Amino acid sequence: MIIEDAAVAGQERRAGGYYLLSLRSPKLAALARPGQFLHVRLPAPADTLLRRPFSIFQAAEGEVRILYKPVGRGTHSMTALQAGDVLSVIGPLGNGFPPPAPGVHPVLVAGGYGMAALYLLAASAPRPGTAFFGGAGAADILCVPEFEALGWKVIIATEDGSLGARGRVTTPLDAWLSASARPRPIEFFACGPNGMLKAVAERAAAAGARAWVSMDRSMGCGVGACLTCVQRVRAPNGEAVWARVCKEGPVFEAGSVVWEEIE
Amino acid sequence: MKSKTSPSRVEPANVDLSVRLGPLTLRNPVLTASGTFGYGPEYAELVDLEQLGAIVVKGICLKPTRGNPTPRTYEVASGLLNAIGLQNPGVDGFIRDYLPFLRKFSTPVIVNIWGHTIEEYAEVARRFSGVEGIAALEINVSCPNIKEGSKLFGTDLDAFRRVLDACRAATRLPLIPKLAPNVADIGAFARAAEDAGADAISLINSVPGMAVDIETRRPRLANITGGLTGPAIRPIAVKLVWEAARATRLPIIGMGGIMEAAHAAEFLIVGATAVAVGTASFAEPRTAARVVEGLRDYLARHGLASVRALIGTLQR
Ligand SMILES: Cc1cc2nc3c(=O)[nH]c(=O)nc-3n(C[C@H](O)[C@H](O)[C@H](O)COP(=O)(O)OP(=O)(O)OC[C@H]3O[C@@H](n4cnc5c(N)ncnc54)[C@H](O)[C@@H]3O)c2cc1C
Ligand SMILES: Cc1cc2nc3c(=O)[nH]c(=O)nc-3n(C[C@H](O)[C@H](O)[C@H](O)COP(=O)(O)O)c2cc1C
Ligand code: FES
Repeated sequence: MIIEDAAVAGQERRAGGYYLLSLRSPKLAALARPGQFLHVRLPAPADTLLRRPFSIFQAAEGEVRILYKPVGRGTHSMTALQAGDVLSVIGPLGNGFPPPAPGVHPVLVAGGYGMAALYLLAASAPRPGTAFFGGAGAADILCVPEFEALGWKVIIATEDGSLGARGRVTTPLDAWLSASARPRPIEFFACGPNGMLKAVAERAAAAGARAWVSMDRSMGCGVGACLTCVQRVRAPNGEAVWARVCKEGPVFEAGSVVWEEIE
Repeated sequence: MKSKTSPSRVEPANVDLSVRLGPLTLRNPVLTASGTFGYGPEYAELVDLEQLGAIVVKGICLKPTRGNPTPRTYEVASGLLNAIGLQNPGVDGFIRDYLPFLRKFSTPVIVNIWGHTIEEYAEVARRFSGVEGIAALEINVSCPNIKEGSKLFGTDLDAFRRVLDACRAATRLPLIPKLAPNVADIGAFARAAEDAGADAISLINSVPGMAVDIETRRPRLANITGGLTGPAIRPIAVKLVWEAARATRLPIIGMGGIMEAAHAAEFLIVGATAVAVGTASFAEPRTAARVVEGLRDYLARHGLASVRALIGTLQR
């Protein structure tokens, strides 16, 4: 974990209203591990106080990149950033994804920015696997060329049917899981809305596979000090305890999450 | 009025920043505020803990405590609403899991304590007595986020006195009651602390507040109400510190919305002996260390060789 004033190397608009922000930081790029995030101080005039967390999308050539969608005051203020502007960044933060177990076929399930959050994992996996991407429409499906360039098979579902299968991501996922010829054994890695993560946890339990889910909780400090981002998980002795999503997470073994206590 | 820059310039490196809080001497007057800096290790990779005047850890009660459901914080314009609910590992958990780490530093550790009852306050104070590595106890009588009636201890003068008497009888550690902002007469609480044998006082704790999501018409915090902190409360805090300083001779730790050295100087000028940085650490973890350096420069620019020469020098 370091804190650094990183220069913006560039920012470009992407499909679906997303922005790709590149920050010059050889240190962060070298430290970044799949599933970790950056805690970014917003550019000055916004009356926001707290930093905002963003998953690390790519880390290469001395740059770290995030893919974000403007949804509120903070993220809207970021869209004006230009090359040369400087942002204070804390990172890399959190417990990311473990590397896929050798000999296991990795299955990724993602919604929203989860597609970006899973990219480093796909890039570092011992062998390519299958990625399931879901969204409301074609514009919400991100990063497909990047995953295909790594040799991954990408299977898409959109609720309006504008790209891939019509419906939720679980529609093609369930079909794939029930095919007798599918690869085995498998291991799941997921990042997206809580409902999607819970659905993946259920599929994994049914398939006797391990699943790792990256959770999104609004954050304060990002380093474990404020206890804003807590999530109920089961300790090894079965007792429900708080885990800090910014510190013990954002990635949890799906079986340890107390799903009943998620709003 | 004194001139803005004094002719007798002092070198920043020669400015004496040390202050005394009763029996406690601090290398500089800048502390971390309870609940905003964890228990020490959380920020240790980003901040040199040796640069801090003292570390005040998050509130501890007798037994491990679960705290409130989520959402626990909500950001508002220039401030933060929180209702963490005082989640903590309890006295034994703190001593076992965190104190060994904190003992490695020369920076004094002040433990913020609270209880559900007067007996629990006293028991917590007793348990920390004689434990190596604890410099003082800050008594949280004023957190708006505990339901079991602790609120009363901060706003009811009689209950406040009884908590302090019980803690005073339970320990010889320096005691620093932390005052609530939402009282009619802060001076009365400051005087009561002095009468009860406190060594210093700290103020302010968060200001009770609330926010609503108008689309769902639900409160923004699971606890419904919370405490407001950050820049939004600074003028309230400066005014209360000024009033408290006129009511007591006890040293005061001033806090509320300090983001930079200039804000800390404001508190010192109205009579605080030390300051604490809270919410600002979330935005910029090195705020406290920067305030130390900024104060040094400010004092040098004003020809003051010691920070003590600034305390309580409001001009009228
Ligand atoms: C570990 C982690 C990684 C993340 N990675 C990415 C990423 O790679 N790309 C990306 O676009 N976003 C990511 N997010 C979400 C991002 O942090 C939020 O969108 C951002 O904080 C919103 O800030 P704001 O000031 O624009 O919105 P606010 O003004 O704070 O809120 C605007 C709206 O967004 C909602 N909101 C606020 N915070 C969150 C949140 N954490 N999750 C969902 N909704 C929220 C609010 O409820 C509100 O409706 C991540 C969040 C976490 C916890
Ligand atoms: C998330 C959070 C948790 C806090 N927890 C405690 C606590 O456990 N005990 C306490 O006495 N004060 C607690 N406080 C209050 C702070 O110590 C401080 O009095 C207040 O935040 C005002 O300072 P600031 O505006 O610089 O943050 C907490 C504040 C915040 C923001
Ligand atoms: S965001 Fe502060 S503890 Fe996780």
